Amino acid sequence: METTLTINILALIARLLSGASARWIDSQPDTCQRVYFANHTSHLDPLVLWSMLPAEVRARTRPVAAKDYWTAGRIRYYGATKVFNAILIDRKEIKVHQSPVDLMIREIGNRDSLIVFPEGGRGPGNQVREFKSGLYYLCKKRPDLEAIPVYIENMNRILPRGHFLPVPLLTCITFGPPIWLEAGEAKADFLARARQAVVRLKEG
Amino acid sequence: MYDPRLDPRTLILVAGVLLLLGGATIAVRVLQRQIDSGINPAILETFRRRIHAWWILFSALAAALLLGKIVTIILFGFIAFWALREFITLTPTRLGDVPTLHLVFYVFAPLQFILIGLEKYELYSIAIPVYAFLIIPVPIAMSGDFKRFLERTAKIQCGLLICVYCLSYTPALLTLDFPAAVPDAQGVRAVPSAPENSDSSVESGRTTDAAGPRAGRSLNTMGLLLFFILMVQLSDVLQYAWGQLPSRHVVAPTISPSRTWEGLLGGTISVSLLGAAFCWATPFPFWLAALMSTVIAVMGFAGGLTMSAIKRDRGVKDYGTLVEGHGGVLDRIDSICFAAPVFFHLTRWLLPYL
Repeated sequence: METTLTINILALIARLLSGASARWIDSQPDTCQRVYFANHTSHLDPLVLWSMLPAEVRARTRPVAAKDYWTAGRIRYYGATKVFNAILIDRKEIKVHQSPVDLMIREIGNRDSLIVFPEGGRGPGNQVREFKSGLYYLCKKRPDLEAIPVYIENMNRILPRGHFLPVPLLTCITFGPPIWLEAGEAKADFLARARQAVVRLKEG
Repeated sequence: MYDPRLDPRTLILVAGVLLLLGGATIAVRVLQRQIDSGINPAILETFRRRIHAWWILFSALAAALLLGKIVTIILFGFIAFWALREFITLTPTRLGDVPTLHLVFYVFAPLQFILIGLEKYELYSIAIPVYAFLIIPVPIAMSGDFKRFLERTAKIQCGLLICVYCLSYTPALLTLDFPAAVPDAQGVRAVPSAPENSDSSVESGRTTDAAGPRAGRSLNTMGLLLFFILMVQLSDVLQYAWGQLPSRHVVAPTISPSRTWEGLLGGTISVSLLGAAFCWATPFPFWLAALMSTVIAVMGFAGGLTMSAIKRDRGVKDYGTLVEGHGGVLDRIDSICFAAPVFFHLTRWLLPYL
């Protein structure tokens, strides 16, 4: 890992380049263990969300990102492993004994927080698609984690699919109030509720 | 060699602005401590935030001016780039606009400030209104997406014109100078044929060390720039202050409830008087400084009202959230954007006669 100073400078550059501003609605930044779940429209989403957290929260928060994208090229690999300390998931070979959820839980221990994108992949526009079940299993195995909904605005316009040069528009990251998995709540119900929490931030 | 940075008038202006800001900061602090000052606390809070924004603006401007012309142009380049980001962010764009937006952000916006740095007036005055205007629609048409084509094209053109082209005339003031005039025996000054005339004859003892191509007088461009910014900001605040009078005839209630005819009239008259009082910082005689300040105040009003109308149309109150509670960069510079090109061209046109 790079030094804290280097990381903070890189995070500041990421903030300036993305022109992001953060809003916390009925929610506060905290270093307790959390899972931030957000809509996903561009490859830069994990980076931008991570950079918008306060420094002490950021140091304990690890984005979950696609291994094939973040290990392609030296800069991406440096960023993912040395700067924002991503948990890289191999999307191509998901094995039973090496499930991504188990990997995440092992990696965060009892200290770190996670950034996940439960839509599974990048969406086509600004619609929030149905959530994959990973978030449910994560919350079921670690019911103590606060699940914070996050809505990332405009990233689909900044780096649309198929483009490599970003359009330097401004983003806004909205953090919402935490949700937890209720006792006995069905998988589909929880995932729909979680998705609705993100959609509500978009409309609010 | 004449250096407008060392001109005592520049230094007095900077010191004056700092004193004014310092005084205003203290006054607002004192008024906010008093429980029954008789002034609406919401207005005081607005004013406190404005002063905070002015501190940032003037510190950046003073530092840039001190470092020289190029640094000032670069500073305004960054401000324009950020304002354009705010404008386009609020404008609905479609996937087919991406190549055009790349051109606008990475080519036309920087190019405008590079041309100003190179002092190529004949290029920077038309680069955006002619070349960018014609080029912007082409990649959008090539993308094949014709939905609301004219609207999308016009919005990108409008953003580039207001945020980049218009604002760029503020640092362009630094490139102005008196034409290389050769006064004849009767003292009637001949209007020169070309400003690049490299006549370096030193005919008067006033500027014996003039090493530049334009002999004779030198224009205090930094004083002119500071005068312009000061008048725009004063006109903003004075129009707001006059608008608080009990008699209120709001110009356009659906667009901006705080802009009244009383504010416009009172603010403009006060600013023209202040402009006359500050004429020593400019190349203008006092009556012309008053007239120029009137133009600045009216254009500043037009800018604020127009940008409010755009914001209303998009359903937002402010353009951005760069500094907490300040609105965006564009909210702070809307009046500058509208006043700068007019002030620049009038000054450039009048300089041979001054």
